[in-house]
Amino acid sequence: MSRAAALVAAVFAAGTALAQQRAIPLAELKSGSAFLGADLLSLQKDEFANPGMLWVQRGETMWRDPAGKKNQSCASCHKEAAASMRGVAARYPRIDPASGKLLDLEGRINACRVERQGAEPFRFESQELLSITAYVARQSLGVPVKVSIDGPARSHFDAGEAAYRLRRGQMNLSCAHCHEANWGKRLLSETISQGQPNAYPAYRMEWQTMGSLQRRMRACLSGIRAEMLPYGSPEYLDLELYLAWRARGLPVETPGVRR
Amino acid sequence: MAARIQVPSQAKRGEIVEIRVLIQHPMETGYRHDDVGHLIKRNVINVLSCRYNGVEVFRADLSSGISANPYVQFYTVADKSGELEFYWIDDEGQQGSERQSIQVGA
Repeated sequence: MSRAAALVAAVFAAGTALAQQRAIPLAELKSGSAFLGADLLSLQKDEFANPGMLWVQRGETMWRDPAGKKNQSCASCHKEAAASMRGVAARYPRIDPASGKLLDLEGRINACRVERQGAEPFRFESQELLSITAYVARQSLGVPVKVSIDGPARSHFDAGEAAYRLRRGQMNLSCAHCHEANWGKRLLSETISQGQPNAYPAYRMEWQTMGSLQRRMRACLSGIRAEMLPYGSPEYLDLELYLAWRARGLPVETPGVRR
Repeated sequence: MAARIQVPSQAKRGEIVEIRVLIQHPMETGYRHDDVGHLIKRNVINVLSCRYNGVEVFRADLSSGISANPYVQFYTVADKSGELEFYWIDDEGQQGSERQSIQVGA
């Protein structure tokens, strides 16, 4: 076999192995928006009326507002978000090279606030954190999710997968029982989604406001009558990485509209 | 109060134009209780009005039951070039306003 043919065969084999690794085959991968009714889907797609755009709009103002002891704005370093932040949200959570810690987009923004702006980090689920995160993520609209699980991210990925498959709560369910084995079926009046994270932060009708992926995961934990971990727990971060890996290939939809 | 308002920047005289308004507001119904059982006071945007060159063309009295971050859409006839002024107030007396201009051609 020529070297080129061997290379092609190796690449093909690697491709097949990766495809097999997927929990849900690429062809069946569905964003949460695929489980929405026509009304909510059109609301999400309506760039003006999507209520999440109120947060995006506020985030845009925050991007240019100097903050902290160093009196720096996001724009001081990153200039125009449309260019500098394009595709960024699709790559998170990721390992911060400086600290070696796994950060989600909220964590990255708060790290910037502390280190670059000399400001207090925003509280979890604060309007400020949701707004700036939504604005940054919005710049990646349509970019396929593509996270790295190599190197130091691997242990987080493994922990995330273990958390995903761990039975918990009074109902003794894992994430996989609903979102992998039974997506597309009905749970009372709801259709079970695949639990994809590509539209967060999202505006949820049940909340009547914007919320983070961690808030959404807490809602699931509450639904299966399991203990809700506090915001910012390492287990959420590992799960977020696993969910993003599971969603790779789905376009970023932030701000999503969800039931 | 953050708001998003969409008015066509240009229109023909006599044309029916669509106006869209989205306001960030919790629209607290007044029927909910907090964690210790106390009633949460109602706080909704109770009036939303729109004046077109000083003349009121739209007014809505909102109340409990309208969702948070209300979205309102209405129509008016493009008459003359000028300004649309939007005004709203909630039960706590917080006011919001916004202006948008429209160019009306023949």
